Amino acid sequence: MLDDFFIRALLAGIGIALITGPIGCFVIWRRLSFFAGTLAHSALLGVTMALVFELNIAFSVFLISAVLAIFLLQLQTKTNLPNDALLGLLAHSSLAIGLVIIGFLTTIRFDIMGLLFGDILAVSQSDLLLIWGGGVFILIILKIIWKPLFASTINYDLAKAEGMNPDRYNAIFTILMAAIIAVSIKIVGLLLITGMLIIPAALARNISNNPLQMVILSTIGGLLSILIGLFSSLEFNTASGPSIITAALILFCFSLIKFKKYSELKK
Amino acid sequence: MENKNKVLLKVENAGVSINDKSLVKGVSFEIKQGEIVTLIGPNGSGKSTTAKIALGIYKKIDGKVKKYTDKIGYVPQKISIDWTLPIRVLDFMTLTEELTQDQINIALNLTGVEHLKDKSLSNLSGGEFQRVLIARAISKKPELLVLDEPVQGVDFKGEIALYKLIKQISEKMKCGILLISHDLHVVMSATDFVLCLNGHVCCSGAPHKVVKDSKYKELFGDRASNILSLYEHKHDHTHSQDGTIDKK
Repeated sequence: MLDDFFIRALLAGIGIALITGPIGCFVIWRRLSFFAGTLAHSALLGVTMALVFELNIAFSVFLISAVLAIFLLQLQTKTNLPNDALLGLLAHSSLAIGLVIIGFLTTIRFDIMGLLFGDILAVSQSDLLLIWGGGVFILIILKIIWKPLFASTINYDLAKAEGMNPDRYNAIFTILMAAIIAVSIKIVGLLLITGMLIIPAALARNISNNPLQMVILSTIGGLLSILIGLFSSLEFNTASGPSIITAALILFCFSLIKFKKYSELKK
Repeated sequence: MENKNKVLLKVENAGVSINDKSLVKGVSFEIKQGEIVTLIGPNGSGKSTTAKIALGIYKKIDGKVKKYTDKIGYVPQKISIDWTLPIRVLDFMTLTEELTQDQINIALNLTGVEHLKDKSLSNLSGGEFQRVLIARAISKKPELLVLDEPVQGVDFKGEIALYKLIKQISEKMKCGILLISHDLHVVMSATDFVLCLNGHVCCSGAPHKVVKDSKYKELFGDRASNILSLYEHKHDHTHSQDGTIDKK
């Protein structure tokens, strides 16, 4: 039953969960859920660019996400539109441009469902290398910038006043988010990467009372979602990506029940 | 005596405008070790803005700010912590500096909130939170403390104790303090230098000089000038609870 492809899928999933766990907490703390979604949407444009110019997909996705993030910062300073409107504008227009370009690529067969929902069962060894290599890199950077990034997340003025340089760390974090989308796009797909970033962190929030605990629980939640999702997709023959997110959602619901009991105990 | 002490911060003709509207302009002052400089003025007069200029929070300012220390503790006027973030007092204390458990306990003890150490920040009352903010700022043994209305929401007894603590810190730790306060009694009694702001510097100097300035009277009213005499008069008696006078 445990074929080679399944082992690779498990390894890839575990790698993704280890990165999305901690990064997802910051996404929630910094209220960047919608921003993560926007970056994920722009990944479609990144993939089509890779096909047109024959680039590495992960590299191209990373590049487009980073350009989009910079573009967003520019728009924020030049217009009075609220952030969510700008994000919606960028998300849907980059998705649209990507789809338009795909229309021109008549010679290339394009698995758009695979791109949207990921194909974790088709993970190759080089994909594994990308996820684990990229993942270790992302986590090391996060560990290094943890303190100033956390301080900037709590309060910009305080961090700046006490010499933490929040602008720099906000920018680095944006790049990390682009990187995580680039390494995971093939596995969970662009519609589900946002889910993997947010749902495990959200369930962790329900049952934790300090930042480190939330990061650990978020990672554990992500790992469980991957395991349960992958095994049930094998068992029930369902699509792997959506199965993982469904598993995460079920875990989230459990965290709600537990949270209520916990607060009742406190009373 | 002051001349021997190191200058920690020098603000020269500084100001800031946002969207071409000047928030404050032409502010100059310096803070030395062990000195308390206070900013007073009506609401919207640019006190917090001046503090932020001094701290280098604004990206574009007019004039110059020179900082001679990196060990800065800041108590902002407003701090909105997002409650999506689970954080205990303990985690908040080490936000910008690594501290030992002892250092954390000592600082929390000084502001009277040691018992709240493991509590979640979101469960604190306004006054308790303010005490934690002060504890955090002093725990890192800063050379320069910037306190923007540090005792807002603190009960009356706590207010006096905290101001006493601030004074002690400036004396014992040789710490320079930039204080923003609406409590003119405290300002005039505990401060070395006062800047009276109203979009610009109206008047500045030692407290006893400032209270006699006509611009100060204009800004705060005649009663405010009596503040100093109120403070300076010597008590030869005490009041008992019902208001009767007990001669000493």
